[in-house]
Amino acid sequence: MVMKRIGVFICHCGRNIAGTVDVKKVAEEIGKREDVAIATTYVFMCSEPGQKLIEDSIKKYDLDGVVVANCSPTLHERTMRNAAARAGLNPYRVEIANIREQCSWPHENEPEKATDKAIRIINATIEKLKANASLEPIEVPVIRRALVIGGGVAGIQAALDLADSGIETILVEREPSIGGNMFRLSETFPTLDCPQCILTPKMNDVANHPNIKLYTYSEIEDVSGYMGNFKVKIKKKATYVDWDKCTGCGECMKVCPAYALSEYDFGMAKRKAIYIQNEQAVPLKAVIDENKCIKLQFDKKVREGKIKPKKHVRICEKCVDVCDAQAIHFKNNEEIIEEEVGAIIVATGFEVMPAEKFPELGGHYPDVVTALQFERLLAPSGPTNGIPRRPSDGKIPKRIAFIHCVGSRDPEHGVPYCSRICCMYLIKQATLYRHAVPDGEAYAFYIDIRSNGKGYEEFYERSKEEYGVVYIRGKVGKVYKVGDKYRVQAVDTLTGRVIEMDVDMVVLATAAVASKGIKELAKKLRIPYDEWGWLKEVHLKLRPLETPVAGIFIAGTAQFIKDITDTVSEASGAAAKAMAMLSKPKLEKEPLLAKVDPEICAGCGRCKEVCPYGAIDIDPRRHVAVVNEALCEGCGACSANCPTTAIQVVNFKKPQIINMVDVLAEVF
Amino acid sequence: MKYTIKEDPHKNEDVQEIMAISGQNIFSCFQCGRCSSSCPMAEFMDILPNQVFMLLQEGNVEPLMTAKTPWICAACFTCTVRCPVGLDLAAVMEAIREKQLRKNYDYVDPYKVEERDILPPIAMVSNFRKFTP
Amino acid sequence: MKKIMFYPGCTLKGVAKNLEDSTIESARVLGYELMELPNWTCCGAVYGLAQDSVKFTIANVRNLIRAQEYSKEIGDNRLIAVCSMCYNNLKRAHIDVMKNRDKLKTLKLFMDEESEYEGHINVQHYLQFLKEFGFEKIKNYVKKPLKGLKVAPYYGCLLLRPREVAIDDVEDPHILENLLRVLGAEVVDYPLKNECCGSYHTVDKKEIVGERTYKLVSVAHDVGADVIATSCPLCFFNLDRRQEIAKAKHPRFENMPIVYFTQLMAIAFGKNSDDVLHFDRHYISPKEVLAPWL
Repeated sequence: MVMKRIGVFICHCGRNIAGTVDVKKVAEEIGKREDVAIATTYVFMCSEPGQKLIEDSIKKYDLDGVVVANCSPTLHERTMRNAAARAGLNPYRVEIANIREQCSWPHENEPEKATDKAIRIINATIEKLKANASLEPIEVPVIRRALVIGGGVAGIQAALDLADSGIETILVEREPSIGGNMFRLSETFPTLDCPQCILTPKMNDVANHPNIKLYTYSEIEDVSGYMGNFKVKIKKKATYVDWDKCTGCGECMKVCPAYALSEYDFGMAKRKAIYIQNEQAVPLKAVIDENKCIKLQFDKKVREGKIKPKKHVRICEKCVDVCDAQAIHFKNNEEIIEEEVGAIIVATGFEVMPAEKFPELGGHYPDVVTALQFERLLAPSGPTNGIPRRPSDGKIPKRIAFIHCVGSRDPEHGVPYCSRICCMYLIKQATLYRHAVPDGEAYAFYIDIRSNGKGYEEFYERSKEEYGVVYIRGKVGKVYKVGDKYRVQAVDTLTGRVIEMDVDMVVLATAAVASKGIKELAKKLRIPYDEWGWLKEVHLKLRPLETPVAGIFIAGTAQFIKDITDTVSEASGAAAKAMAMLSKPKLEKEPLLAKVDPEICAGCGRCKEVCPYGAIDIDPRRHVAVVNEALCEGCGACSANCPTTAIQVVNFKKPQIINMVDVLAEVF
Repeated sequence: MKYTIKEDPHKNEDVQEIMAISGQNIFSCFQCGRCSSSCPMAEFMDILPNQVFMLLQEGNVEPLMTAKTPWICAACFTCTVRCPVGLDLAAVMEAIREKQLRKNYDYVDPYKVEERDILPPIAMVSNFRKFTP
Repeated sequence: MKKIMFYPGCTLKGVAKNLEDSTIESARVLGYELMELPNWTCCGAVYGLAQDSVKFTIANVRNLIRAQEYSKEIGDNRLIAVCSMCYNNLKRAHIDVMKNRDKLKTLKLFMDEESEYEGHINVQHYLQFLKEFGFEKIKNYVKKPLKGLKVAPYYGCLLLRPREVAIDDVEDPHILENLLRVLGAEVVDYPLKNECCGSYHTVDKKEIVGERTYKLVSVAHDVGADVIATSCPLCFFNLDRRQEIAKAKHPRFENMPIVYFTQLMAIAFGKNSDDVLHFDRHYISPKEVLAPWL
C-alpha cells in the first residue's frame, strides 16, 4: 500500500537543532513532496503541545503515516508512537528522522550543509515509512520472580524491597557471605555509622525472609530467555562442606594448619584453608579453599597421577576431627541450579586498582596500602582491632600520608574519570585515624576536595577543625623507602613550593573500577559495558537504572562508582522498576521481529548460527528456518547473513533500507 | 599582586607561538601539580612547572621570559611520563627557551665555560644545544 | 667471533675510555666483536623538542644511513650504543622519521651523497643486547661472581624516557638489576634509580648538580649500597666528580665510588687489567671497594 497522506513534524529542540539547521527551509522543501500532507515545525515536539500538534494533525489531515524529525529514536520514539496511537494511527506508522545526533550536533559549523543533510535524512525516512506495515505488539507471559546478582548493599536492598512486595527473589553472591564492600568498611561517612551495626540487620533480614532464596558462593553460569521469562543457570561452587549440617561454630578454622591471604581483609590478614568469611557472615557457614587445603591438594595430585595414593593414611583432616556436626565431607559438591525469573537486577559493585600498579608511589612496599585495605586496618572488627598497624612490622604509624587521585583523573596511567568516593573516604579515614591514634599526624595530599553530598562539606571542615588533618594541595610525585620511613615527594601548588616529608605509612586512594568478571557476566546477560567495565544505562539522565535489554536493571556501583546513599536509593529504584514490570499480567513486546518467507528459505541454517538469542530453528520436515517470536529481539543479524533475503526483520526489509541509502546518497 | 586579564588567552600570540613550537595544548592542564612534585629540579626553580601552565592559561607569558625555570629544566622527561593528560612539558619548556634563543640570545657563553679539560663532550654539546641559538 | 655494529660516541673516545674498553672487552668474552660504525658523527647529545626542529635529527639520521650500509657488510641490523645519550638520540631519530616520513623528506634536502633511510636499523642499548643474548647464558661466563658487592643500579633519564625509547618499564625498571644479579652482585632497592642527575647543568650550574649528587649518593648510602652502577658518561661524571661540591657543602656527606655496569661485567668475567677498567678516570676511586674481586 502506498501512503499518500504523510505528516512531517520537525522539532527545533530549542536551539539544539534550529540553531544549526534551517528548520523553516526544511519544512518548505519537504512540504513540496506529493505524498506529504503537512510539514511543520515546533520548538519542542516532545512537549505536550508538540504531541498535541501531531495528534490534531493526524485527525485533521487523516494522516496514515508520520515522520518526526528530532533526536535519537532511543529518546522519543516511544513518545511519538504513543501520541499517534492516541489519535488512532497505528504506532508503527511513525518513524523518527534523527536530525540532532546525526545532523545538527556533528555539523554545527556547517549550517547550510546540515540543512541539506536534514532534508535528505527526512526524505530517506519517508521512503522507509511508506513500506512500513501496521503492527500489533506481541503479548508475552510474566514469571513473577526476580533475580538479584550481587550481595553487597545494593543487592541486599533490592532483594529486600522486591521480597517485601511479595515477589519471590533469588539473590546470588559469589563470596561465601553477603555484605560486599560495605561490610568491610570501618565506618561510613559522614555519619560515622558502623556498617556492622547498620548492615547486619539487613543481612539477617535477607537470610530469614520467606520470599528470598539466597545462593552465596555461587555464580551466574548462563542466562537465556527474554523479559518476563528468563532462564538462569546458577553454579553453586564446591564448598566441600555440607551446609545443611554446618553450624558455623568455627572449630575447624582453629585447627586447620594451612593459611591463605584473607580476601575479606584485602590481604591485610590471613585466613585458614577452611574458613567462615567473617564472624557475622550470612550465611554463617564454612567453605574449604581447594587451592590451599592440604588434603584436597593431595587428592588432586593423586588424580593427576603426580603422586601415588597412600592407603590407610589420613592426609590432615584435622577439621573433620573437631567437627561435631560431621559437616565436612571433602566431596566436590559443585552444583548447577536452574531458576526461572521475570526480571534481573545486576548489582555487582566495584573494586579498586591494586597499589602495585603505582610503583612510583611506592605501591610495592608493604606499608603503602590501598584505601580499602586501610579500611580493614581501621575497622574494629579488622585484624588490628581498629588501631592501625603497619603490615610490615605491626608498629602503630605515627604519621600517615593519604594520597588522593591515584589513577583517577589520569587517562595516561589509570582512568579518566573521578572515582567520586575517594575524597570523602580519605577524609573519614584521616579523621578515624586521628581518633584512634591521638598523637598521630594525618596529611592529605589532594587535587580538589569533592564533597558534594548531604553533610559532606561539614564533615570535611570538621576533619580540619576538630581532628587536625592537614590538607596539602598537589598530586604526589613519588614515594620511596628510606630506612624505616617512607619519603613523600610532593608539592604545595598554592604556595608554589615542593614538599618533602617522611611518614610511617601511606594510603593510596586508587581508582575504582568495575568488579572482576563483570565483562563475562555482561556478555551472558547481553548487556553493554564501557572500557572499564561499568554497565551502560539506557540514558544517563532519564533511564539510569535500565539496560537496553528489557527486564534487566542495574543498581549501585555496577553502573558507576557512587556512595552508599546513592547506591541504596538506586537499589530501591531498580527494585521498583522490576516490580512495575512484574506486576503486569502480560508484557508487550515490540513486534519488530525477524520473519521467514518459507517460499524462499533454503534451510541453510546460517541465520541459526549467527542468532545471538537462540531464537531460530530449522524445521526438519519442511527444511526452513522458523523464528521463535518470544526469543527474537529483532537485531537483524540473521537477515544480514541470509544469502537469499528469505529472513528479514519486519519494517526493516531490504528494499526499505536500500531505498533509504539511495536517497541519502542521492543515487538518482 | 594583581594581574588584569585583558584578552582571551587563547588568542594571545605568545601563547600560540609556544603551543606551535611545542606541539602541546597547554590548556589541557588541570593543575594537579604532579609535574612539580615529580620534578628533580623544582627546588631550584623560581616558578614551578604547574605554575608555568597556569600563567600560560591566563595569557601571562611575560614572567616566563624572565624566569629561571625554563633554564633550570634539565629535560629529564619525568613530568612528561607522569602528566595525567599526556602533556610533554619538556617540549613546552623548550618552546619557552626557543622563543628567546631564536632572537639570537646566548644563555650560556661557550667561551666562558670552565673545566673544559675534564667535562665530557656530551656535557658541553648538550649544554650549548639547549642554551645557545 | 660474531660481529655487530657499535656506535661509541664522542665521550667514549676521551673521558669515558673506561666505558668503551670495558664494553668492548665484555662483549668479546661473550663472543661478539663490536665493530665501530665507520664515519660516525656526534649524536648531538640532546634531542630537539621543538616541532620544527630538524638540526637535532639530521646527524642521527646520517648515522642510521651509515649503519644501514654497514649492516649489509656485517650481516646484522643491530646498532649497539652504550652511552645513554647516544642510545636515546639514535633511537628517537629512528622513531621520529619512521613516524614522520615528511620529516625524512625535509632532511633529504640537507644531504647529498647519502642513500634513503629504509628504517631497518635496530638501535639497541648494550643492556638490551645483553638481555637478548640471554642473562642466563651470561652466567656461564662469570668467573669471579661479585658476591657480597652491594650495587645501586642507576638508570638516569635517557634509558627510560621519553616513554617510546624506554628499554624497560619507565617507573619500575629491572633490566640492570637482573644483569647485576647474574654477575653475582647483591642489588639494593635504589628508589632514585630513574631520577635525573642534573645533566648538562654541570657546565654552567654545577652547584645544582652538586645538590643532585648529594641526594642521589646519600640515598644510595641509606639503602646500603657500596657502589652506584650506571651506563651514562654524563651521569657518571656528575655523580663521581660533583661529589667534590657535595662534600664541600655538606660536611657529613660520605663519598661513594661510581662505576659503569660494564666495568662490573669485565671484573666478573675476570678481565680486570688497567687497560680495560681505567680506574684512573674515576674521581672517587672504586679500587678499595672492588678490591676483593680484582
